[in-house]
Amino acid sequence: MARVEERIDVGFGPSPAAEAASRPRGDLARLPWISFFIIAVLIVVAVLAPLVAPHSPTEQSLPDKLTPPAWQEGGSTKHLLGTDILGRDVLSRLIYGARVSLIVAAAALLAGGGVGLMVGIVSGYLGGRVDSFLMRVVDATLTFPTILIALLLAVSLGQGLQTIAIAITVLIWARFARVVRGEVLAVKTRDFVALARVHGCSHLRIMAIHIVPNVLNTFMVLLTLHIGFVIIVEASLSFLGAGIPPPTPSWGQMVADGRSHIASAWWLAVVPGAAIMLVVLAFNLFGDWLRDWLDPRLRQV
Amino acid sequence: MLESGAIAAEPLIRVENLAKHFPVTRGLLIARTTGQVKAVDGISFTIGRQETLGLVGESGCGKTTTSRLLLRLERPTAGRVLLDGRDVHALTGADLSQYHTRVQAVFQDPWSSLNPRLRIRDTIAEALIVNRRVTRAGKLERVEEVLHQVGLPLAAASRYPHEFSGGQRQRIALASALASDPELIVLDEPVSALDVSIRAQIMNLLKDLQVRQQLSYLLVAHNLATVRYIAHRTAVMYLGRIVEHADTESLYRGPLHPYTKALFSAALPADPDAPREDMILSGEVPSPIDPPSGCHFHPRCPFAMEQCSRVAPALKAVASGHQVSCHLY
Amino acid sequence: MNTAAPVVLEVKDLHAYLFTRWGVVRAVDGLSFAIREGETLGLVGESGCGKTMTGLAVLRLLPEPAGRIVRGQVLLEGEDLVTKSEAEMRQVRGRRISMILQDPQTSLNPVFTIGDQVVEALRMLHGDGARALSHRAEEALRSVKVAAPEQRMRAYPHQMSGGMKQRVVGAIAVAGEPRVLIADEPTTALDVTIQLQYLTLLKEIQARTRLAMLFITHDFGIVARMCDRVAVMYAGRIVESGPTRALFRAPRHPYTEALMASVPRMEASVERLPSIEGQPPSLHDLPAGCRFAPRCGYADDRCRREYPPTLPVGPAHEAACWRVEPSPPSR
Repeated sequence: MARVEERIDVGFGPSPAAEAASRPRGDLARLPWISFFIIAVLIVVAVLAPLVAPHSPTEQSLPDKLTPPAWQEGGSTKHLLGTDILGRDVLSRLIYGARVSLIVAAAALLAGGGVGLMVGIVSGYLGGRVDSFLMRVVDATLTFPTILIALLLAVSLGQGLQTIAIAITVLIWARFARVVRGEVLAVKTRDFVALARVHGCSHLRIMAIHIVPNVLNTFMVLLTLHIGFVIIVEASLSFLGAGIPPPTPSWGQMVADGRSHIASAWWLAVVPGAAIMLVVLAFNLFGDWLRDWLDPRLRQV
Repeated sequence: MLESGAIAAEPLIRVENLAKHFPVTRGLLIARTTGQVKAVDGISFTIGRQETLGLVGESGCGKTTTSRLLLRLERPTAGRVLLDGRDVHALTGADLSQYHTRVQAVFQDPWSSLNPRLRIRDTIAEALIVNRRVTRAGKLERVEEVLHQVGLPLAAASRYPHEFSGGQRQRIALASALASDPELIVLDEPVSALDVSIRAQIMNLLKDLQVRQQLSYLLVAHNLATVRYIAHRTAVMYLGRIVEHADTESLYRGPLHPYTKALFSAALPADPDAPREDMILSGEVPSPIDPPSGCHFHPRCPFAMEQCSRVAPALKAVASGHQVSCHLY
Repeated sequence: MNTAAPVVLEVKDLHAYLFTRWGVVRAVDGLSFAIREGETLGLVGESGCGKTMTGLAVLRLLPEPAGRIVRGQVLLEGEDLVTKSEAEMRQVRGRRISMILQDPQTSLNPVFTIGDQVVEALRMLHGDGARALSHRAEEALRSVKVAAPEQRMRAYPHQMSGGMKQRVVGAIAVAGEPRVLIADEPTTALDVTIQLQYLTLLKEIQARTRLAMLFITHDFGIVARMCDRVAVMYAGRIVESGPTRALFRAPRHPYTEALMASVPRMEASVERLPSIEGQPPSLHDLPAGCRFAPRCGYADDRCRREYPPTLPVGPAHEAACWRVEPSPPSR
């Protein structure tokens, strides 16, 4: 059926699909507003943490310890989401924790995505033994159990932001490499690549100008879909104690700490847990939308 | 064929005993070669200046591989491709750059021939950018010149491929082949993916450009009528070999090889009253991995003789400018 | 072709539109034709003229939810297919009307053997047991000249050539002994010598079963060989229709004339091929008058203002053009 539609030719000038594609999209109702909102809040809050947080995340106040959230009996508006065992404000820790999540996510994605993109392109384009070798490395990497490797790295390199970023990079680059390679194989068969060689382009130029721009869409979608994954890995590592060392707040750490108080002070675990869930959901929805937004526009033209 | 005694100017392209075999491999960890796909199995031809050679045949005959060998998209297993007497597969450096400006191509699928992420002017000027130093102004000037040559408006230069129809994209592809002022353009099924009424436009354009820009063409096509319209000489290929090679008129008026006759009879004329002398070939086209012995066509040939299965016939001239590879002659 | 043979398929004033985000695409915009038993009608036109949509509309297989038949009738032996329910149509497709498509690659399921697929088609029609169905399948393959059908039954589609696959597709299509076969460019993807084999086969099947065929193509050579009557489509409508011989000898619509002139011939050498200027109109943005007028060498003001009526120009031959001299119908 797609073949029939694309054959409907429309004379000189852009097809209606192309015109629509170059105009700003008019169907506002289809945008994932909730996702946008959550992501926007996350970014704003993380960046402006010192301005937004009502208290310092590390300031202890033992008399105020284990205060419930404001809407519960015993809570107060001084600590909207309550306090933890050391009297630290949960809301402020949540806000600063967002920072950690974002930084880790950004660093890991850029590094892991970048490496994965390059490997995928080189492997897919050059083929042959280079491809076989690289894909075996990818396969090996993918078979490692995620958290185990992250733990091993964390233990051997010591805790810290850097370690986590490295651990996550090591984990995700292989996924990117594999998917990008698949896309490259498809792009490689298109005539304009052969024509580029006929024009005399070097392999490097072909990769940079002809291959990369045509796999970027898939790559970007993959990036957004992995944000959720990365946040959860960081949270898991912190939960297991191999992540960001205290007193820097991290959502995973907060969940871990709150675990033992789950019956009495439920908010200590539930609040950061809900935050993780919301953010991951938002990014996943965003990634889905992005993929749909980019895809049919390309296919129809 | 040349008359004896005449001194020939070296043709633009000379192909000598060109062959391309692809190994067939089996096995996952250790690949074993179990056979060869003899896509091109020893062919020779020439293309003169401002001349069009048509290469016809059905799928698996090797015509596309031949065009790729000329374009250096494949390396030959045997034989040579000579441009002005020089082996194109041995070129390096500046000579190679020069080769790329002299030999260009237009392929079949207008929807896959243009990089959707590049503006038209960048696609068109690529051969220039890569092989010679052109200034930005020089590039734009040349782009405008070739757009004009192919009949597209100058405004097209800043647009993207998706804004154009199939016929227009083929014109853009042609413009991109013309940008470096080539001497030979390899046309691989240039009109078969286009609408019937657009084909005539593009074919006429190709003919006009040949005269105006002094171009030679290697036209690879399966549509015999298209080839008759554009090609000066035509070679018929079957399973990697040339079975007949002649002036187009001489070939179409009097095909000699049984395969050529079958091919021509299968091309249905647009005339309900045309006499029907169908030469329906039995069987399927054999696989190029294991072609029949001797003359590749003998299993399907209605005139096969005893020696046809033993000895492969040589390509020899039976009339001026007309060569056939068949034991009947 | 016998004019006394009964009409098997009659399409009356069919309108099938696609309702897309960018407007209504009037793919089939008022089509009428009839095919008799044992007759082949060629539907000729270029891409975007609506010929494939016509085939799909007849079978009620328009792409959902955008595609819809908005007006008209499709009478199969007198029964209107447009008003039938989906369940009723399932009894019609494959049994009373069948279709063969262009690409044998996508017509067959790559993960099932040929035997499985032919048997599957036959199972819908005959309630036999496995062994009987298997024999029927072999017979079906034999009837389309597939050599060594017993072995072929166990083969997978990728192990067969294009021509062989199309034969299997043909076998599946005629297994139910349909009254009408719609062939949509069935040989475009095949080599020329294989195409001739296949067309000859179709003709044989038609002679044997008195099948009515709607042959959709853009190739005039095929039309000349296969079709008794031809209808030329342009921008969703039929602009000329008539007996093949009459159309080829004297095309009366300027589009038919220009199209035939622009196709290079293998039989003769020509200095210059006349080409048609411009492009077909976009189906969601059609001009008011004759749709070919912008590209027509004979067009005048009336042509651009009003859509021409369909006028008789010969025995069973009509054209939709203001410029023809209507001849009195001689029936």
